[in-house]
Amino acid sequence: MVDLVIIGGGPAGLAAACKAWESGLRDILILERDKELGGILNQCIHNGFGLHRFGEQLTGPEYAGRFIDMLKNTGVKVQLDTMVLEVTPDKKVHCVSKTEGYQIIEAKSIVLGMGCRERTRGAIGTPGTRPAGVYTAGAAQRYVNMEGYMVGKRVLILGSGDIGLIMARRMTLEGAKVLACVEVMPYSGGLTRNIVQCLNDFNIPLYLSHTIVDIQGKERVEKAIVAEIGPDRKPIPGTEMEFDVDTILLSVGLIPENELTKQAGIEMDPRTKGAVVYENMETSIPGVFACGNVVQVHDLVDFVSGESELAGVAAAKYVQNGPVQEGRVLAVKPGKDLGYTLPQRIRVEGVEKSTNVSFRVRRICGKSTILVKSGDQVIAKFKRERLAPGEMEHIALPRVLLDKAPVDELTIEIEEA
Amino acid sequence: MYDVAIIGCGVIGAAAAYALSRYENKVVILEAENDVADCTTKANSAILHAGYDPAPGTKMARLNVRGVELAKEICAKLDVPYKQCGSLVLALSESELPHLQHLYENGTANGVPDMKILTKEETLAMEPNLSENVCGALWAPSAAIVSPWEYALAMTEVAVRNGVELRRSCRVEDAEAMADGGYRLTTTQGTVEARYVINAAGIWTEKVHCMVEPASFHITPTRGEYYLLDKSEGTRVNHVIFQCPNELGKGVLVSPTVHGNLIVGPDAVPVHGDDTSCTSKGLEFVKATAQRSVPSINFGESIRNFAGVRANLDVDDFIIGEEPEAPGWIDLAGMKSPGLSAAPAVAEEAVGILKGHGALGAEKADYKDGRRHIRFKELSAEEKAKLVKEQPAYGRVICRCETITEGEILAALHSEVPATTIDGVKRRAGAGMGRCQGGFCGPRVLELISKELGMDPLDILQDKNGSNVLVSETKVGGKSNG
Repeated sequence: MVDLVIIGGGPAGLAAACKAWESGLRDILILERDKELGGILNQCIHNGFGLHRFGEQLTGPEYAGRFIDMLKNTGVKVQLDTMVLEVTPDKKVHCVSKTEGYQIIEAKSIVLGMGCRERTRGAIGTPGTRPAGVYTAGAAQRYVNMEGYMVGKRVLILGSGDIGLIMARRMTLEGAKVLACVEVMPYSGGLTRNIVQCLNDFNIPLYLSHTIVDIQGKERVEKAIVAEIGPDRKPIPGTEMEFDVDTILLSVGLIPENELTKQAGIEMDPRTKGAVVYENMETSIPGVFACGNVVQVHDLVDFVSGESELAGVAAAKYVQNGPVQEGRVLAVKPGKDLGYTLPQRIRVEGVEKSTNVSFRVRRICGKSTILVKSGDQVIAKFKRERLAPGEMEHIALPRVLLDKAPVDELTIEIEEA
Repeated sequence: MYDVAIIGCGVIGAAAAYALSRYENKVVILEAENDVADCTTKANSAILHAGYDPAPGTKMARLNVRGVELAKEICAKLDVPYKQCGSLVLALSESELPHLQHLYENGTANGVPDMKILTKEETLAMEPNLSENVCGALWAPSAAIVSPWEYALAMTEVAVRNGVELRRSCRVEDAEAMADGGYRLTTTQGTVEARYVINAAGIWTEKVHCMVEPASFHITPTRGEYYLLDKSEGTRVNHVIFQCPNELGKGVLVSPTVHGNLIVGPDAVPVHGDDTSCTSKGLEFVKATAQRSVPSINFGESIRNFAGVRANLDVDDFIIGEEPEAPGWIDLAGMKSPGLSAAPAVAEEAVGILKGHGALGAEKADYKDGRRHIRFKELSAEEKAKLVKEQPAYGRVICRCETITEGEILAALHSEVPATTIDGVKRRAGAGMGRCQGGFCGPRVLELISKELGMDPLDILQDKNGSNVLVSETKVGGKSNG
């Protein structure tokens, strides 16, 4: 029986492990499917990581390195190249590796940190042929940054997610010509700083409200036809533009990778596509926690680390003190203009001073007030200059306010000035 | 000089090769693409039809019913994913009920076993996610689903094991009758001479036929577009769900696949050659039409769209037989639906023709039939543990969506018909078939191909010749350079 099994040795798993150790747990095991710790950070060789966390700009591998160094000073055990195949509701972890064979590990607590995967062409149904040369931005990033190979010379980016923007710059620096970035929505899906630093600085045009309506080429991509999207979300005839490209990189969203979570019977939130969690990142199975991109897709790894430390502390407490007293539970609901909220539930007894709530808006909002309502009563207000779907928002709700909530439900909504 | 040259290694060519491999004959398969099952066979509905559709008395009717019988045995023997889940043809209005009766009578005449016409209640009890508009259905329990490319691959593997020669990337460009019988085929890999030719070139059968004689048949390649949905939608229905043809067309099907996904399609649009592009119009039609049968399909779970071309013919039957003006030239043409279903029975016909000529050798005494394929994810925990202990490569999962291990990929790269491309590995081992569509495992599979086959990563193909994945090294250079 292991005190804590952490599934995934990326930023989420690393932060959870370090914090659980710091909180006094001594029997911790990280199961990582890749050959090294760090997860997707290892292929993110650009900088911009760690500004919130460390107050300085780090590359992805450097950011992961900070946590790996911290981990080295602990007794946390790490098993690499190990794939978890199943997590049972009674916390048995089935996994397999070349060296250790097939293992069934019983755990007192589990942290799920499997991250996310990229949406594919199939998910968005882009018409045309199916030649080589259409890659998700992350797959291309791996080829370029980890394997040392270029995936193309003339590139179109579909979707303005952060990885796509980063790859627009990366491909340009490697000598490829990036002709444009095309985004179906009227706003970008990525961080503003990435639009500026990865597109504008390299004179790569961004076409908002546009999409690829046809991919041509038999063996390898030869052409992409792009058209403007009307208010009915359909291409507007006559607006077609032809791009002679050999490569199309997709950055059309990330999906939390929750097959293990679902298989374990953990309650899911269709909005986040991750587990429903309490204020301490605990899922519907007591002692099983979820953090990082597996529970909600983040923009910044700094916030993954913070969220995962919360899970690490909570897992340690669970093992040391047993389950959290249920007490009063507040359901947190996304109101007008919100895509989701996380956590979805707050156990008031579990909140010491305050608890953090993250969410994303569904449209760009100017100067706004974030209203936290319980029933008809507004219990908290937060001012923001601007809100955008591409940038996750965070608010802190003090315990004293939670205690005053008149009904067992909190709704968060936006009031635009 | 070969006894028989088979042109094309789709499911028809593969079935013919498998059937002929039993006999003491020198057989060669000439496949134009760089892998087998790389055209119509890899992109279709993956259904073995019960056989109530074809008109009684046609070859199609007879070979369909016989073919599905044989397929069941072959799939069991060769470890091909197969499931006899049965099919339902829905009547979605009262006016469609007579059509069910018509199909039932057709099926009875064709020898389709155990059919039944179900009431609305019986139908909904079997498939609760069907439209409330359903008025009844024809139930045919002998219909099945199969993995078409694994089916063709498995038959080819056994054929190759038993001495049939397979040449890939070997396109037949011309054919001429030789003075003292037999044919000389000019291919992209030189000349091949054979006493008999089996023309199983799929959508190109007419073109190939015309190399020796004008064809009496005309093929119109007809494209069908599909959605393939994630396993989360894989149990939306549990049987093959067809519609009655109506003023909108033949209707589209909704079916589970043997791999646990949901397949939805196809439409039918005549195209030139092997134009397998998808169109927004086609996909919208497929989606809207499918929702008439199963309104709750969550198309947000789509993981891939694809299209296949089928060899539609100007007559409503298969063309199977010897060209009267070209003795020894056997056409297996017009293998549109139910071509996949009929394949092994079509092969029997070809063998019968050769036998009629006295061209068949004796049965091989040392014939090695059968095939076993390790699928790690289908094993029990105990079996997995044992396997990994014996062969540690099965302990490293390469494709996480489908749980495909390094051991399975190595097996694909060293099989009797080895994979040489990323999609070749996908068709044999299943890596890259899942929800991330190879985003994670693609680079790892590429690395394994490079290592195992000693290939430069820059030469590795996604699928067909020319579909290189990588174009150059980066400024720092590839891994191979350290």
